[in-house]
Amino acid sequence: MIKFKLNGRDVSLDVPEDTPLLWAIRDDLGLTGTKFGCGVGQCGACTVHVGGRATRSCITPVSAIEDAEVTTIEGLDPAGDHPVQEAWRDIQVPQCGYCQSGQIMQAASLLKDYPSPTDEEIDGVMGGSLCRCMTYIRIRKAIKQAAAAMQSKNSGETSNG
Amino acid sequence: MIKRILAIIVGAGIAGGAGFLWYAWYPALPKVAPPQPGQFSAAKIERGRIVAAESYCVECHTRQDIGGGPRLAGDYKMVSPFGAIYSSNITPDPETGIGNWSEEALRRALRYGISRDGSHLLPAFVYDHFTKMTDADISDLYAWIMSQPAVHMTRRPNGFPLSISPRFTLAGWKLLYFRPGVYQPDPKHDAMWNRGAYLAEGAAHCGACHTPRGLLGAEKVPDEMYDGGAVDGWIAPPLNDKNPTPVVWTEDELYDYLRNGVAPLHGPAGGPMSPVAHDFLATVPEEDVHAIAHYFADVDHAAQRVGGDKAALRTAMEQSKRDLAGSVLSTDPDARLYQGACAACHYNAAPMPVLGRPELALNNALWLDEPTNLYLVMLRGLTAEEGQSGVAMPSFYNALSDHDMARIAAYLRRTRTTLPPWTDLDKKAAEARKLVEEPPVNSSH
Repeated sequence: MIKFKLNGRDVSLDVPEDTPLLWAIRDDLGLTGTKFGCGVGQCGACTVHVGGRATRSCITPVSAIEDAEVTTIEGLDPAGDHPVQEAWRDIQVPQCGYCQSGQIMQAASLLKDYPSPTDEEIDGVMGGSLCRCMTYIRIRKAIKQAAAAMQSKNSGETSNG
Repeated sequence: MIKRILAIIVGAGIAGGAGFLWYAWYPALPKVAPPQPGQFSAAKIERGRIVAAESYCVECHTRQDIGGGPRLAGDYKMVSPFGAIYSSNITPDPETGIGNWSEEALRRALRYGISRDGSHLLPAFVYDHFTKMTDADISDLYAWIMSQPAVHMTRRPNGFPLSISPRFTLAGWKLLYFRPGVYQPDPKHDAMWNRGAYLAEGAAHCGACHTPRGLLGAEKVPDEMYDGGAVDGWIAPPLNDKNPTPVVWTEDELYDYLRNGVAPLHGPAGGPMSPVAHDFLATVPEEDVHAIAHYFADVDHAAQRVGGDKAALRTAMEQSKRDLAGSVLSTDPDARLYQGACAACHYNAAPMPVLGRPELALNNALWLDEPTNLYLVMLRGLTAEEGQSGVAMPSFYNALSDHDMARIAAYLRRTRTTLPPWTDLDKKAAEARKLVEEPPVNSSH
């Protein structure tokens, strides 16, 4: 029995311990926002957060995340209004949309480390998240817009005391 | 004349043999009734818990393979060059454990490596370190062990044949390599240093993995003390000034690593080192962990070497950043492979690495003589319980081929260190893969 927190909720699963986290999330827990892409951690479509860090769920066995906090695209923001998601809609980033939950999770993690990332930093961190529709220019733009939104929100909170 | 010389030789031989018998022979100590609950005060048992945690008793006296086993009931498999060794049951079970051992018997075992029945114990039980423990600590440890649940369980037989009596073979080994005696404080150093040295050299037995061993398995002390050793297929890096990381292991870095399983400028504890932090040193008084860190910061001459740290940190971060930006990605396929597989986490551009994004340019794994540890981490990943708590590294066992791993290793060594390239990387990747007995993710998925 493997126990962990999924989107703030305690879950326990009776699955073989070598089951990939992605399988557990999609098939056993029914959250299908996270996608299967390559299955070998090379495309980023399956990216979730483990302990707040972007993690490729297709090659992470559930035994590795015992007691950890896992966040999927469904739990990033309760209303789906994380600044990255807002920017995504605003700029109409996706074309086919298959990679976008992984892209958004990776971008949200990036913005924690680099609150106002340069193009190089975006490319450095997002380089492992592939988009076959080639929407990279819009992805970069959305990340910068989200960064700006988060910064103005934070400074607003600070000035309000 | 010849007769007289012969007589002297034979006489000396008999005397020497008798002396050796006297050295090798120990009596059995009487069996005692297992101590009763309530015999020891709660304070004494708690002190004993700390001594046990600082000695990692549970780690090597609890079976981990074939599904694990009851705590302290032994049967932990240790792979030695001489064959597999299975540890003893040290629960208070009178028949299969040490329930009828007196405190004196435990003290003799720790200090002299002698079992209650008088036989010599294998030095896999590191009495070359435990001999340094004080009577008071051993007494507390006894109270804790005897207060643990008794488990009736017999270990598997050791996997190596000893053609001659183990009693005399081991006595000979001890005569050559073993010097019993309680730790003696060094008056040249303060109390904190001595506390750290007492723990590190004694109970915590750091040298058991971090000092290389000779042909007969004895630590090469004092000449190569803390030069680095091997454990369970991993390289245990040097703990002295031969440690190759570009940023020095200071007292603060050592403390974070030992207490929390991760040091900001060095990265997470992997492999057999992870439980040392998380299961044991996280549970003892923090002064003791500070003392161990203080001691090793002296062993590795941190104060004398720390001057270059700022420059080394800057170089590492610049190298790391430059390498994943712009033109290198279009000209270097290895950089692209690294970026796709690794950089989503292992990318740092700030002046300091972000905790949870370990900076490989600063990590031991890239600076050791062999790529073993780098490969093992790539293959196994790190669980959320290992290294930095709550975050995980995936297992690339099925994601990267031996050749992919070799390319990434060569690329990192080339771009993140100033050392000569590793050799035979494909072959060593295959060897490391064999060390990972159970692939973490089922290939059929």
